[in-house]
Amino acid sequence: MNPNALAISAHGLTCRFGSFVAVDHITFDVGAGEVFGFLGANGAGKTTAIKMLIGLLAPSDGEARVAGFDVGTERAQIRRNIGYMSQRFSLYNDLTVRENIQLYGGIYGLSDAQLRDRTAALLESLGLSESAGDLVGRLPLGWKQKLAFSVALLHEPKIVFLDEPTGGVDPITRRQFWEMIYAAAARGTTVFVTTHYMDEAEYCDRISIMVDGRIAALGTPAALKAQYEVDTVDDLFVRLARGATVTA
Amino acid sequence: MKRGALRAFMVKEFRHILRDRQTLTILLLMPLVQVVLFGFALRSDVRDIRLAIVDPSPDNATIALRNRFVASTRFRIVSISQTASAIEPLFRRGEADVALVFEPSFASHLASRTEPAHLLLTVDASDPNTGTVMQSYSRAVISSYDAELAAAALPPGRTVRIATETRMRFNPTLESVNLFVPGLIALVLTLVSALMTAISLSREKERGTMEVLLVSPLRPWQIIVGKVLPYLGLAFANVLTALLAAWLVFHVPFRGSVLLLLGESVLFAIVSLAIGVLIAARTSTQRAAMLAAMLVTMLPSTLLSGMLFPIASMPAWLAPFTSIVPARWFIVIARGIMLKGVGLPYLWRETLVLIVMAALLMAAAVRSFKPRLA
Amino acid sequence: MRTLRFLLRKEFLQIFRDRFMVALMFVMPIVQLLILSNAATFEVKSAQMYVVDRDHSASSRALVDRLRASGRFVVADASPSMALANDAMLARRVGMIVSIPADFERDIVRMRTATIQLVLNAEDGAAAGVTRSYATQIIASYANELGASLSPAIVAGPALEVRARGWYNPELDYRDYMVPGILVQLVTVVGTLLTAMNIVRERELGTLDQLIVTPLPQSTFIAAKLIPLWVLALVELSLGLLVARFVFHVPMRGNIALVFVAAGIYLVAALGIGLFVSTLVNTQQQAMFVTFFIIMIYLLMSGLFTPIRSMPAWAQMLAQLNPVKHFIGVMRAVLLKGASARDVVQPIAALLMFGVVTLTLAVRQHGRRVG
Repeated sequence: MNPNALAISAHGLTCRFGSFVAVDHITFDVGAGEVFGFLGANGAGKTTAIKMLIGLLAPSDGEARVAGFDVGTERAQIRRNIGYMSQRFSLYNDLTVRENIQLYGGIYGLSDAQLRDRTAALLESLGLSESAGDLVGRLPLGWKQKLAFSVALLHEPKIVFLDEPTGGVDPITRRQFWEMIYAAAARGTTVFVTTHYMDEAEYCDRISIMVDGRIAALGTPAALKAQYEVDTVDDLFVRLARGATVTA
Repeated sequence: MKRGALRAFMVKEFRHILRDRQTLTILLLMPLVQVVLFGFALRSDVRDIRLAIVDPSPDNATIALRNRFVASTRFRIVSISQTASAIEPLFRRGEADVALVFEPSFASHLASRTEPAHLLLTVDASDPNTGTVMQSYSRAVISSYDAELAAAALPPGRTVRIATETRMRFNPTLESVNLFVPGLIALVLTLVSALMTAISLSREKERGTMEVLLVSPLRPWQIIVGKVLPYLGLAFANVLTALLAAWLVFHVPFRGSVLLLLGESVLFAIVSLAIGVLIAARTSTQRAAMLAAMLVTMLPSTLLSGMLFPIASMPAWLAPFTSIVPARWFIVIARGIMLKGVGLPYLWRETLVLIVMAALLMAAAVRSFKPRLA
Repeated sequence: MRTLRFLLRKEFLQIFRDRFMVALMFVMPIVQLLILSNAATFEVKSAQMYVVDRDHSASSRALVDRLRASGRFVVADASPSMALANDAMLARRVGMIVSIPADFERDIVRMRTATIQLVLNAEDGAAAGVTRSYATQIIASYANELGASLSPAIVAGPALEVRARGWYNPELDYRDYMVPGILVQLVTVVGTLLTAMNIVRERELGTLDQLIVTPLPQSTFIAAKLIPLWVLALVELSLGLLVARFVFHVPMRGNIALVFVAAGIYLVAALGIGLFVSTLVNTQQQAMFVTFFIIMIYLLMSGLFTPIRSMPAWAQMLAQLNPVKHFIGVMRAVLLKGASARDVVQPIAALLMFGVVTLTLAVRQHGRRVG
């Protein structure tokens, strides 16, 4: 893989809180246009790792590059090239759908014309054209998540980071989500998604599994399943989480 | 089994409180800081009065009177000029407090005794309180000078002097900290019992954990007690610390029964708690509860309770409103116990008012929680 | 600049849709203004007096009469028993006891001097001092009267006549003094408290992280947070001044523009403090408590409720570092004394310095917390 085509590359990335090591020297790459699943149990360090990659936390050790820029020193450039959907819903509940879209469009520097067109397109594709003037707080959870995802992609970033995007939504909405993710990947956007739904791992190009702050497995779902002689990624995860070694 | 559930619940509440370091620190520090401020810094006594003199023709009489002012140590001459036009800028810039204007040929008028000599005393009365006090201090200096002159002029034994022995009971030095501490106790109890309870309960409501509690084996009154007891304990720790500080550092008197004060404090705390519960029951979000608690408990407790501003000074139409403020009654009780050393025989009326308030509010509070189950 | 416009729009929309904020900004201040301006007075009305007259002479009765006739004292009760008098005071039925001994008149006639006792209930503090000085003044002038009546041959005429005038507040109306201070307090609460809560709210809800991840510069974020509240606090000040002028008839003798200049600069410091507090806490409840604590200390030490001139030296020095003190000084000087720009140059310069320093520190602290 051409190193210049790497969307994300991390090398020995570490984050320490006092004596507690949340992320322990992880090393991995994500190629441009990939759908990369960053898996692990709750508390394994996924969110901390993501926060380092998007510049919310400073690494204690190691290095990483996102969109070609260093996460320690070139955060401003990174921010222009990424989109982010956090685990907690973080659009404004007391603003309307349209107002939220316009706010973030404006922050990312879209021109008035671009803003107009993309807002219309977004509303159309989500089926929210009639609810554009409703307060976001009134929308059901599934719609809110989809809106947050679309807003993260509004400025057509090279890479989008999704932290547990499908938490708490119904299976149909989850399906729709992954259709949206594939559509984004097809356009060339790199998608870095964390989840604790192991079945969603099957949808990814490559996955990594974090256990206790370390990457315990890294590769395509098929290859890993073969390597560990399990049928599903779920079984794979259980095996790793229990600390079992690879059987010969 | 129910007792174990209540205890576990209270332990959880305690942990909550202890983990919120910032709020805890403020709650513990606030009364202490207030006691210290009021003890050390906030006084209403007036010292260092800056005096501007206007003396068109200085002579031995004017100089004698000027020296009187300097000798009194309360006054400090900041300007001496010959024309009255000097006064205005000094006052406007806040550089002088009192101006004394002599008339020309003051001494000769004084000696002639055909008509009195004139003095103009001008006081910066923008603060009416200090204005009055400064004026009376100035007059005191002038009249003692006048008395001396009169005594010298008249044959001896002709002037009449009525000496007044004054005793200021209960607070001889008019220390503001003595007055403030009873009010501070009320404030601390209100803050913790009403405000914190309202916020804590409404937070559980908002997060949805209240429903979980309501379907648990805990009865509504147990939930309320479990939530409220840790805060009550905190409030009392606070009150004791403040009282200790006041007594040790400022020698604020405590002439009455400690037990009685504690008992009345419990009674007052119950009233405040009931109000807090009512507020939480009637509001739907935490922020609304905060706002309501501030409007309904904190504001009246500081402004209308007699803590800062004496009720006797309030306009006639406002005074009745103070009767519905529980803190008002508690402050009378606390001042009575601490400063006067009286007991129930003198305080039964105020105590009765608090008991009635407590009963009514508690009934309302418990009733307002029941419908939540339906 | 364009981003700032977008953010300002968002902030204003959020503020006006938030009932809590609107209530805090408009309802609370009005209620406080109405209550405070009426309750915040130390004026002493008439005092209830208990007379223990053991002399029952013409002179003793005349003395009591003088006290009563002044309009400041009302005879609540009378008896020869000091014990009953004390009891009445314990029961809060009287504020002052006048005790005249049995030989009062005889002592005056024979020795030209007599002693009476005044006992005052100092429970309510400063009022007792004022009452005492009224009483002693009345008694002293009665003594003069007695002296004149006993020695009519002497030229009865005071040697010194003192005319006393109180400037700026001839009616001794507390409102004129308190209302400007109350306005300062309201503006401070709005500026500091709401700023702190507003920023902490974003952190609490998680929307702050979403903003950090964008290319939004920190300065734009801070400007967008501070500007709306700056504007609204000034609006509130204007409304408050209108109410002060037309409802309470507080005089406005100087140039009002000076008040607004001082207010604008003062608010920069107040907002800066709010910003600083927001970096120290994680929840809105904590923000509320910490801000109240800080504001309380500032207000108590600023000369708003108790005169700075009465504080000990160290407190007066600290007050110089208190922006509230300077702002109140300007307000009172301009409104009550008609001060001109030259008169208030010093406090305004101090305010400017505070504003710059506070804001710089706060912004730096915010950068550290967020970065």
